[in-house]
Amino acid sequence: MSMLVVGILFIILGFIIIKGISVISWDFITKMPGDGMTTGGIFPAIVGTLCLIAGSMIFSFPIGVLSGIYINEYLRNGYTVRFIRLMTNNLAGIPSIVFGLFGMSLFVNTLGFGDSLLAGSLTLGLLTLPVVIRTTEEALKAVDDSFRQGSYALGASKLYTVRKVVLPIAYPNIITGLILSIGRVSGETAPILFTVAAYFLPKLPSSIFDQAMALPYHLYVLATSGTDIEKSRPMAYGTALVLILLVLVMNLLANALRRFFSKSVKMN
Amino acid sequence: MAKIETKDVNLFYGEYQALKNISIPMEENSVTALIGPSGCGKSTYLRLFNRMNDLIENVKITGEVIIDGEDIYRKGINVDELRIKVGMVFQKPNPFPKSIFENVAYGLRVNGYTDKEMIEETVVKSLQHAALWNEVSDKLSKSAFELSGGQQQRLCIARALANSPSIVLMDEPASALDPLSTAKIEELIHELKKDYTIVIVTHNMQQAARVSDRTAFFYLGELIEYDLTSNIFTSPKKQQTEHYITGRFG
Repeated sequence: MSMLVVGILFIILGFIIIKGISVISWDFITKMPGDGMTTGGIFPAIVGTLCLIAGSMIFSFPIGVLSGIYINEYLRNGYTVRFIRLMTNNLAGIPSIVFGLFGMSLFVNTLGFGDSLLAGSLTLGLLTLPVVIRTTEEALKAVDDSFRQGSYALGASKLYTVRKVVLPIAYPNIITGLILSIGRVSGETAPILFTVAAYFLPKLPSSIFDQAMALPYHLYVLATSGTDIEKSRPMAYGTALVLILLVLVMNLLANALRRFFSKSVKMN
Repeated sequence: MAKIETKDVNLFYGEYQALKNISIPMEENSVTALIGPSGCGKSTYLRLFNRMNDLIENVKITGEVIIDGEDIYRKGINVDELRIKVGMVFQKPNPFPKSIFENVAYGLRVNGYTDKEMIEETVVKSLQHAALWNEVSDKLSKSAFELSGGQQQRLCIARALANSPSIVLMDEPASALDPLSTAKIEELIHELKKDYTIVIVTHNMQQAARVSDRTAFFYLGELIEYDLTSNIFTSPKKQQTEHYITGRFG
């Protein structure tokens, strides 16, 4: 069964690699698109996606982790906790295009940010918030209670115990939440459709109120719009490849971070 | 005046009454053993003295728990400070995933001590007091998890001692350990008695007989008998006590 899954993964990857590798070059990664998207590179889309990843992390990570800590360590198990869990799960299940619409309505229009990195980051941040909260909760639950008891018995407050004993043990698994979020944010197209994505921008974004291009949307654009779709097609595959590689690199970095934390907490 | 004492203490977990009218005085620098079959309330009773029962929901306590003349459950008592004065060692060794040094230093850091020299001195002294120093002096920065079970438990004892408590509570400290480690811990208790007041819960009656000055026999939340250990084990006054000690039940 698992061989089947691995097989499918390899087929998809192989497909993208074969179709897209011809386009990959240093120019492709660092240059702006030109000639109606038939030549040049996808640099602005890469920059845009990286900005969105960073922006959504800044929003969802601190709030999500702190919420997870509050829910698991401070709330007594009762109606409140169950209600919050129910709401979080529901939030996680909302289709991403609905998030996009919500983001457009609140951030772009009502709050007046306009189509911008700010609006896009906030929308994507909302999207990944339930994931971060949930993985933080699970990470904290996995910390054996005997550690907390030992700390309390030495006169430590709950806050101190969480900071110095529980969190360090839970960090590796919390970072898993980070990894999941990065993957999600990189590839989501619908939320950025109405909040930040642009078909083409001659300049790179210089402030959070600027619009930006982004890899998933750019992929869509290359594959379906443009002046000469057949000519743009290889670039679409190239974009897909870059997107996958980007997520892979981010995951590897996050995994390295995870291992660093595992080592510094001397569990072995 | 007794060092620690309970007067008519009742404890309820919700509707269930776990402790019924327990009154026991304990002398300073003595070892008191709490024995009884599983579920009799001895661990619950032990946890009165450092208010670890507070961590459980729906717990109600009536009566007085007195340490050095003061009821520790009255309003205004600082529980964190209480727990510095009353240390605890748990049944299963629970060192933190930190180095040996940092484990012992934890209590000191919690309470705001930052003087490097003082911390180092205290860590060394505590490890010596816990009869562990010779085995770890050359690897203080190694993870606590590299130690054996018996060593980890002695580390937990050192960790508790670092806070300079006057009372040490031990909840079946040797039940998870092999006989050799158990013997070491029992020897340790003999030594510690000189400087600390110790209350120890144990399932092992021979251990209670070896280690304690006085013994309290609990059954179903009630105190059946409390006397000098020698009396309890050679001429118990209550029949239930006799039955438990001779292994008729439990």
